Amino acid sequence: MSLALDLPTIWACIIAFAVFAYVVMDGFDLGIGILFPTFKPGRERDSAMNSVAPVWDGNETWLVLGGGGLMAAFPLAYAIILPALYAPIIIMLLALIFRGVAFEFRWRDPDHRAFWDVAFTGGSIIGTLAQGITLGALLQGVAVDGRQYGGGWWDWLTPFSLLTGVSLVVGYAFLGATWLVMKTEGDMQAHVRRLAGWLGAGTVGLIGVVSAVTPFLKGAYYENWFAWPNVLLTAQVPLLVLIGTVLFFRSLRRGHERWPFLLALGLFGLSFIGLGISMFPYVVPGAVTIWQAAAPDSSLIFMLVGAVVLVPIILAYTGYAYWVFRGKVGQEGYH
Amino acid sequence: MFDDISALNLARAQFAFTVSFHFIFPAFSIGLASYLAVLEALWLRTKNEVYLNLFKYWLKIFALAFAMGVVSGITMSYQFGTNWSVFSDKAGPIIGPLMAYEVMTAFFLEAGFLGVMLFGMNRVGPKLHFVATLAVAVGTFISAFWILSANSWMQTPQGFTMNAAGQFAPADWLAIIFNPSFPYRLVHTVLGAYLTTALVVGAVGAWHLLKDRTNPGARVMFNMAMGLVAVAAPIQIFAGDMHGLNTLEHQPAKVMAMEGHYQSHPDGAPLILFGIPDQKAGEVRAQIAIPKASSLILKHDPNAPLAGLDTVPREDWPSVPVVFWSFRIMVGLGMLMLALGAFSVLARVRRGLYDWPLLHRFALVMGPAGFVAVLAGWVTTEVGRQPFTVYGLLRTAHSAAPLDAPAVAASLLAFVIVYFVVFSAGTGYILKLMSHAPHAGEPGLEQGPDHPVRTAGITPAPGIQHASEGDAS
Repeated sequence: MSLALDLPTIWACIIAFAVFAYVVMDGFDLGIGILFPTFKPGRERDSAMNSVAPVWDGNETWLVLGGGGLMAAFPLAYAIILPALYAPIIIMLLALIFRGVAFEFRWRDPDHRAFWDVAFTGGSIIGTLAQGITLGALLQGVAVDGRQYGGGWWDWLTPFSLLTGVSLVVGYAFLGATWLVMKTEGDMQAHVRRLAGWLGAGTVGLIGVVSAVTPFLKGAYYENWFAWPNVLLTAQVPLLVLIGTVLFFRSLRRGHERWPFLLALGLFGLSFIGLGISMFPYVVPGAVTIWQAAAPDSSLIFMLVGAVVLVPIILAYTGYAYWVFRGKVGQEGYH
Repeated sequence: MFDDISALNLARAQFAFTVSFHFIFPAFSIGLASYLAVLEALWLRTKNEVYLNLFKYWLKIFALAFAMGVVSGITMSYQFGTNWSVFSDKAGPIIGPLMAYEVMTAFFLEAGFLGVMLFGMNRVGPKLHFVATLAVAVGTFISAFWILSANSWMQTPQGFTMNAAGQFAPADWLAIIFNPSFPYRLVHTVLGAYLTTALVVGAVGAWHLLKDRTNPGARVMFNMAMGLVAVAAPIQIFAGDMHGLNTLEHQPAKVMAMEGHYQSHPDGAPLILFGIPDQKAGEVRAQIAIPKASSLILKHDPNAPLAGLDTVPREDWPSVPVVFWSFRIMVGLGMLMLALGAFSVLARVRRGLYDWPLLHRFALVMGPAGFVAVLAGWVTTEVGRQPFTVYGLLRTAHSAAPLDAPAVAASLLAFVIVYFVVFSAGTGYILKLMSHAPHAGEPGLEQGPDHPVRTAGITPAPGIQHASEGDAS
């Protein structure tokens, strides 16, 4: 396992960053959609929706960068993985359509607001479930035949992929709840704070279950985690998860507003690092490495020039957009 | 074998359906974003309230159209992999980076500033808000730049070598980006988007002028829209002609299909105005034609020889009936746009722009013409380059993912149902917004009776408040 900084490795890191940015940013948007039915119609639902209305589109764009980047940097992996996960990906795209338009449609059509609220929640839950299933189905490995997918159309559906699907729903709801702790006040904040506690416990528990099962899937996962001396490094990840969990519950109990969200992001970050340890250097687990799947250097260099210049600029103005809409939703005094 | 063919055709139908639906929204939002930037600039310059009201009027429509464009666009970026995986593997090293640049330079720019543009006026003030509007407008153009470069490369590929894995490996990025058909396609498409928007804005203005010819907002939008149609329609016809000559050079079979030229004409080809192409027999039945006119248009010489599809192997023929008719629909609508522009100039000279109901009715009927023309144009160019995805090099039949027909049939059915439910609702909401006459004190997205929370606690900036008081009095 070499960590030399060659072009495919750099691109694997960039795409991993894009996927992570998507998971945490659209994660709390989707989480709000998942939790939507627990909010009272009217003021509570409106503020939950408004807390992400100005930023959801930018958040979802990371999904396009993740997918487009995979096609550009690792076209072979893109060509194998997407047909392998055909059903969950198509379902995710359709679900995200309902979720996305609901942001606008519910304001335009008060007579059918209840319908678009159901579309918002349904789209968020099904979209998240499909993303989690996609992850699990990839982790458990896909059949490869030459330069193509070689398996059947229901291969993705297993107890493990359902487990990762449900885990992601709980995890996104957790992110959404902690985001709303930061963005709301009063009764609603008390409500989401209670939810954040339960969902935090659920998320950490499910991280534990998925982590316990993963090394026993086929593939090099067991090796990657437990081979000496790597285990000295990899063991830090569960340790940090434990510390993060303790800090999270402490900050929640003490009534902090920002820390629960930041620590939830931290827990997601650690899970993501764990995922990286499991998969590296494969992009299709057990079948195709990042070097086998990489596009020619002339493609990777051309894009790298753009990414080095543009991604920091993107992060800067994305940060600006968040800053403009900072503070409690629907409250004055943050100009 | 039969299963393979039907899975392929289902995948083609799915791509055609989803991309056609998708393109309706950018075709409108590219032009509308620029129009909003112009309106806001005019408001900042003149402080004339009517521009701000129009800005807010069209902003609500833009928000809906843009959201539908975003959600239908994400589908497209994944469909290359789900349904055209072999194409993605082979052409990904070239198409992928072009699309990655589109995401990094355009999508983030649009999405990042869209929130400020829609909801941020009272938070950042008018000047910074204008910067956000401009960023969104520029973003839509940059997006068109990259995606049309990618499409054009598939039509006129160059600047690559084939590597050992059978992939198109980029050798010269400038040659790839600025491939031969790209400048023509870019100009033709962006002008088409501007015309589409102008026709919609003109139709909405006309509708309200027919009801009340004194409405100041309706007058301004009708005036601006007709001005753009009068200027852009003739330029577009010229640009389309240039694009056609470029296609003749690089994709002659496409032009043969557009013209209905199954046979070669060694001494001057006729311009077939109408007819019924018979692909099996390889001839156009019941044709009405002008002798030698096609050679005159395409070669600027009535006696120049023009090759027909009889010089092309039959397995490389595009579907002539589709291309022949879609091309005529596009050109016919272009001529009607030219007529509308000319009529509006006449009305302007005679001081009847706001007072001629016939002009308003004509503009109203022409409202959807841009969308139809744009889609007909895309059908012409995309069906006309068949049977290839990368022209002359990679056949469509060899590009598809190894999917079973039932899987693609199920997803196609799901797309059709979801798109009709979601996008007909969205189009209905847009039409509802358009049916309200623009008026003084037009609510924006962050205020208004139906969304109380967005107004909660946010007081308009002093300048805006002052301006709206001035308008109300």
